[in-house]
Order: sequence, then C-alpha cells, then structure tokens
Amino acid sequence: MKIPSSIWTLLIGIVLTLVSLWYGQNHGLLPVAASNEATLVDGLFNTMMIVSTGIFLIVEGVLIYCAFKYRRRSGDETDGPPVYGNIPLEILWTAIPAVIVLGISIYSFEVYNSMGGFDPHGGHGSPMQHQSMKMPGAAIAATLSDTPQPDRSIIAQNVNPQEQAQASALEVNVTGLQYAFIFTYPETGVVSGELHVPIGQEVVLNMSANDVIHAFWVPEFRLKQDIIPGRETQIRFTPKTKGDYAVVCAELCGPYHGAMRTQVIVQTPEEFEQWQQEQLVASREELSTAVAAKPDDMDADKFLAPYIQDMGIQPEIVTHLHHQH
Amino acid sequence: MTQAQIQENANIPARIEEPGERKWQDYFTFNTDHKVIGIQYLVTTFIFYCIGGVLADLVRTELRTPDVDFVDPEVYNSLFTLHATIMIFLWIVPAAAGFANFLVPLMIGARDMAFPRLNALAFWMIPPAGILLIISLVIGDAAQAGWTSYPPLSLVTGQVGEGIWIMSILLLGTSSILGALNFLVTILKMRIPSMGVHQMPLFCWAILATSALALISTPVLAGALILLAFDLFAGTAFFNPTGGGDPVVYQHMFWFYSHPAVYIMILPFFGVISEVIPVHSRKPIFGYKAIAYSSLAISFLGLIVWAHHMFTSGIPGWLRMFFMITTMIIAVPTGIKIFSWLGTMWGGKLRLNSAMLFAMGFVGTFVIGGISGVMLAAVPFDIHVHDTYFVVAHLHYVLFGGSVLGIYAGFYQWFPKMTGRMLNETWGKVHFALTIVGLNMTFLPMHKLGLMGMNRRIAQYDPKYTFLNEICTYGAYLLAVSTFPFIINVIWSWMYGEKAPNNPWKALTLEWMTSSPPAIENFHKLPVLATGPYDYGLENASQGVPLESSDPVLSAGPNSVLRADPDEPYPTIAAQKEEGQPTSDS
Repeated sequence: MKIPSSIWTLLIGIVLTLVSLWYGQNHGLLPVAASNEATLVDGLFNTMMIVSTGIFLIVEGVLIYCAFKYRRRSGDETDGPPVYGNIPLEILWTAIPAVIVLGISIYSFEVYNSMGGFDPHGGHGSPMQHQSMKMPGAAIAATLSDTPQPDRSIIAQNVNPQEQAQASALEVNVTGLQYAFIFTYPETGVVSGELHVPIGQEVVLNMSANDVIHAFWVPEFRLKQDIIPGRETQIRFTPKTKGDYAVVCAELCGPYHGAMRTQVIVQTPEEFEQWQQEQLVASREELSTAVAAKPDDMDADKFLAPYIQDMGIQPEIVTHLHHQH
Repeated sequence: MTQAQIQENANIPARIEEPGERKWQDYFTFNTDHKVIGIQYLVTTFIFYCIGGVLADLVRTELRTPDVDFVDPEVYNSLFTLHATIMIFLWIVPAAAGFANFLVPLMIGARDMAFPRLNALAFWMIPPAGILLIISLVIGDAAQAGWTSYPPLSLVTGQVGEGIWIMSILLLGTSSILGALNFLVTILKMRIPSMGVHQMPLFCWAILATSALALISTPVLAGALILLAFDLFAGTAFFNPTGGGDPVVYQHMFWFYSHPAVYIMILPFFGVISEVIPVHSRKPIFGYKAIAYSSLAISFLGLIVWAHHMFTSGIPGWLRMFFMITTMIIAVPTGIKIFSWLGTMWGGKLRLNSAMLFAMGFVGTFVIGGISGVMLAAVPFDIHVHDTYFVVAHLHYVLFGGSVLGIYAGFYQWFPKMTGRMLNETWGKVHFALTIVGLNMTFLPMHKLGLMGMNRRIAQYDPKYTFLNEICTYGAYLLAVSTFPFIINVIWSWMYGEKAPNNPWKALTLEWMTSSPPAIENFHKLPVLATGPYDYGLENASQGVPLESSDPVLSAGPNSVLRADPDEPYPTIAAQKEEGQPTSDS
C-alpha cells in the first residue's frame, strides 16, 4: 500500500513534536534548583530545549535523508533540476525562526523581570560614585553605567506592605580577593568564609573586589554576577531548598582560579539564627581572652612590655621598630 | 551541452593552456602574486593550527584528572591563552584571508588583487607575530590572562608576556585591516564588466561582508590594546581601577571587535559552503539573493551585539535586553542560510566526495552551535552558563564544527585548482569520519559539564566531573590523530597525486575556467559569463537566448545566458580606472 506523502509529513511532524516535548522536560542536564530564581530559569531553558530539539532533528533529518535519497547514482553525469528558490517557502523559514526568537525574547524578558532585573537596586552594578567621579576616566565610565542608585528612603515611602516585607532582605557584604570570598553580615558583624542563608528569605549580596575581577556563581541558584574592583555589584535571590552548594568564582582571576570555591549553606531560619549566635559567641570569647586585645588607655610600648620580657627582647628594639613604622 | 561545457567553451579564448609553474623558493619571498600569497597564508596558518592543537591537547591532558598534576597553574593559564589566541588570530582569520586571496581575483576574472604589494605586506606581518607568541611561551613568560585579557588581571600577571601578546595582536590586527581593505576594493572595482553584484559567486559576497566588518571593528581592538599597553607600561589608569579607571570600558571595547570577530571567522566559510554545496548537488543554489543579503545582515547585526558577552559584568537591565534582542535576531539570517543549503541539496544529485561531506558536516554541527547561541542570548539563562563549559562547547561547535570544517571543505574543493593535483578521496573520507567523531566526543559532553556547574579556564575541578572530562580529553586526542590522514594526503598528493583537470567538479564559477594551477596572470583575455555561477541543470533553457546583448551588465542575471565578446582585450587596472567602467549593481 502506498501511503501519501502528506500523511508521512503529518506523522513525522507529530513524532517530532512529541520527542521534542519529552526531551525538553527530561534532559537531566541541570543540577538541583535551589532558589526561586532557578525554577524560573529552568522553565525558560526547558522551553528553549523543546524548540531546539525540534530544529536539530529537522536539520539532521533532512541532511541524512538527502545523503541517502539524493545520492548521485553511478554513471549519472546529468545535473539536478534547475530550482532557484521558492518564495513562499523562504518567507516561511524566515518568519518561523523570527517568531520563535521573538517568543523566547519575550519569555526571557518576563523571567528577567520576575528575577528583579529591572529593580533599581537589583542585579547589576553601579560605580562607587564618590570614589570614581573625581578620577580620570570617570567621564567614560559614567556614560556606560546605570543611573545612580536612588535613595532608599524615597523608594520605601511608595511601596505597598508586601514589598516592604521583601525589602527587609538579608544583606550580606561579599569581598572577592585572590583566591577567596569573604562574607560579612553587617547587621550582626559576623564574618565568615562560607555563606549561610536562611530558606525563604530574600538575600542581597553587595559585592566588591580587592584585586582583580571575580564572579560569584552558585550553579544551583542559576545566578552569577561579576565582582569588579572599583564598583559595587549586587545580586538578589531567595533560596528555597535546604542543602550545601558550591560557590564558584567564574571569572578568570589568576593561576589558582580553579581553587577559588567555597560553600553556600541553605538552612532553616532557626539553624541560621543559631549559626549566627555561635559565630558571635566565638568571636566575642576570642576578643576577651585574645593575646593582642589592647585597651585604649594604654600606649603600645607599655602594653607590650610584659610580653617583651617574657620573650627576652630588649625594650629599645621594640621602641625602635615601633617608631620606624 | 551541459552548463559547465557552455561556460568552458565560452572561456577558451580567456584560458591559458600552460598551467602556472612556481619554484618552491617563490613561496618564501615577498611575492605579489595573489595565488602565491594565498598558499603562503594557508600553509602558514595550518602550521599554527597544528601548534594551537598541541596546546589544546596539553590543556586537555591537564583536565583529564581533577587535580593539578600535569603542568603548573601559571603554565596552564598560558597554554589556554595561547591556544585561543593562535586558533583565532593565526588560524581561522588568516585561513579565510588565504582562501579569499587565492579565490576572489579568479572568481571575479581579475589578474590580481587591487593592491598586490599591500597584500604581500599583510601576509608577511603574520609570521613575525606568530613567532613572537611562540617565543613568549618558550621563554616561559607567556600571557596568562586569557585571550580576552581583561584588566586588572592582565596588568598583574607578567609584563613581558602581556606586552608580547599585545604587540603580536596589534600586528595581526593590522594585517587583517590591510587585507580587508584590499578585498573590498578588489571585489567592488575589479570584477569583469559583465559581472554585476548579483552574478558574483556567494563566496565573494561573504568576503565582502567579512571585510566590511573587519574594517570597521578591528581598529577598536587596536585602540583598546594600545590603551591597555599604556596601563601596563606607562602606569596610566584607563582601565586600572586602582587609579580610577574602569575595567568594564575595556570589556566594551574588546567585545566591540571580538564579537564581530566571530562573524569574521564564520562568514567566509558560509561562503565556502555556498560554493561547495551547489557544485556537488548539481543544483542551483537555493535562494541566491537571500544568502547574499543575509551575509550583509549578519555583518551589520554583528556590530550591535557585543555586550551579550557582558551580561554578568554589571551593565544596566535595559542594555541587557537590547543586546539580547539583537543577538536573537541574528539567528534569523543564519537560519535562512542553513535552510537554503538544505533546500539546495533537496532533490539534487549529491556527489558525496570529501568536500561535500565536510560541507554537510558543517551544516550538521554548526546548527548545534547556532542553537546553543540562541540559548546563550537569553539573558536569564546566560547568567547561569556564562563563563562555563557550556560556552566553551558553544564556541567550539561554531568555530570547529563551523569554521574548521568549512576550511577543510575548502581545502578538498580547491586543492586541485591550487596545486594541479587531485587529493586522495579514500583518505579524505577517513579524515572526515575521524574529525566528526572526534569533534562531537570532545565538545558535546562540555554542554552538560557547563550546565552542571563546571566553570571554564580552570586547571582543577570538582571530582564529580571526572568521567565527562575524560571523554572530552580522549576526543581531543582523536582530533589530533584525525589531522594525520589529511597532512599525509596533502603532502603525498601534492608531489605524486593524479593530475587535476581544469574543471574536475564541472563547476561554473570562473576559477575553474583557467588551467590548474592557474597561470601566473590567471587569464589570457577577459573571461566571460556564458552562464551564471550556479546555473546547473539549465541545459535546455540555454537555447535561443541572444548572446550579442548590447549591454551585458544590464542583461545579466542568474537565469539569463549572456556572453561578452571573447575578443575583447583584457583591460589593465589603470585603463579600467580611467574609463570608470560601470561595474556596479545590475
């Protein structure tokens, strides 16, 4: 029985669609989604994967089909049919990709907006105005940067209660340096080499670099932001899945770039609170018993005197050293 | 009579029967013959390709295991920096210039390029630049800041290596600018009078678009590197944040060139593929004008997408959206080309020789790089995979699966014309099979590595990625092995291969209308177009069309048959300039 080609086309189309839809959801290429933003990004990626699988299969299918079906038979030295083009077909294969990329653009725009990309505080960096405006090169830099950050108090007056709740995000200052991240919690003064964050609360990282460009990346959060010396950059996310994830420096920062990694620990709010207390206690105890805690009313020579005698060093040497610096 | 015979017969008066003979010494001199320069380019760049390939395999050997156990981390950074620099600036960009040099004057029926001495000068800037880079590696102080060379890192990783790197790139950039200028003038001004722009082979269109792009963007890179050199040596602070400079400005300037560079590297090979596919499909190219103008569209759009390399660098949200949309739009003209090539093959009579296989391999693998490119354009997704192995996979599918396969297709297609000898087909097919397997084995797993969380430019990685990295490394070794059949085939065939006829593929473009290899001045008289560049299968349509049209330029068209007076003397370049012959659009 001869099946008409239109039915074959229809069948191939259906199979192609089903395979693309299935693979787009079951590719297994991404790690756990551990932040609210990650779920949004994964939705976008899966959609792109569906479209991509379809296009990939069509192109490879046509190539392989041509290689077998239209192979030149031996002894046939004639040319093929003189077909120069087909205007409707060409319009079709211009329009379809155009519609697809437009769709992906709109979807990306939506995702980016939901992630807070257009938030005046969010996602992107702004130069440290007070520092760079007076310096040479600032004129060029200023044209390329965003408008200065508006004062927070003005924004806060106009937001509804729900947004106000979000505004009380956990702020963490991040310093990138060769080859480590340092996390400082300004509210409590905790300083840590690992990032601890509570589930469900929005986190804002204010990031700055000491030496070269670094980048903060947590694959499970699907978020990345360069940390650039001379400016402050920001990133926002809301962790949603408990666990330990790698924090990776993603921008080449020197020979040991590959070793610049640490962890982000997503905890319940109680555990997070407990961790903060432990850190505070640890640092306070250290403060009172530390060898080098110098009371303000004593000058350095007097304070050091007993230790110097213990170590068998002449007091003059210390004085001499002290004044040299 | 087939179309190829019509074209050949019409060009008998133009043909020089004696094939061109060159002494081997000519290839080591400041020769102004575009064919010598073309071969100089191709051989030199292939040598650098082998060096860049060795560096790649050293990088992959380090990455076979998660620990740093093969080279020092500093050396590792130099290896990948030089791998990228060599592959881009000393292999793909100049290889395109090599093909363009050899082919463009022949395809448009000219005797040489517009500025032959400038042409030789542009070539002779390349070996010193390459040798400089190799020396920096040998003395153990090569650049370590990646081929992007972002400050402040590039300002603190070793002055000597960075200085040599800047010097070398400035030389190569200048060479590229001079070459681009030469191609533009040659293509616009030196076509035979009967060849309007719409009778030009698509390779010439591609080179036209590439040269315009190179001419506009390369000077910006030169500017950025000169400022970087000032920061490095004179202590200025254009980009150095410790003095108030802005490192992000460098990134803008760098990518203003380096994104168009991607199109500078791929457009010429779109042109090669547009030549190879119709010849071996024995069908006219599907949608000539769509392919020609999509090259120009890519060239233009390529200038306004650069900041998609900087989505995580701290640029404002609206700018991210602008660059996302322009980047997405580039997929449309690229898609037009891919579908047009498929349309050309559909219903043809495919001659599956090595050149055609590489061209089909190009379409099949480039499409993967194109698709991942659209994904990378989507800002939220790019933020996840920026600077990861996903990007490494993407760029290698574009530049290896695209450009390098295109270069190989070009080698197999025009080797008979360049040398007068045929290449061995069996070894060509072995080469093709090894290359396709090796390339997918090396680069396909990298997509997953990047998505899972492996960042790029690292010498050590999380042990959970070991298995996929081992596959990549063995694939890279296979790619190294795959070049041997090609190298041996080329050397053996060049010396002992079967003699090539003038037109072994029965093609219609003018380079096949002269002897193989072409005589020193290409054509005896002005060649003529008895048929368009892709008019395959028009045997019957060619009857009864008047050949003595009064104005050949106006009557020309891909479908029309036209023939200029074969006795017309060959005008010199100077005479052509004085007369101001109309060679513009029909």
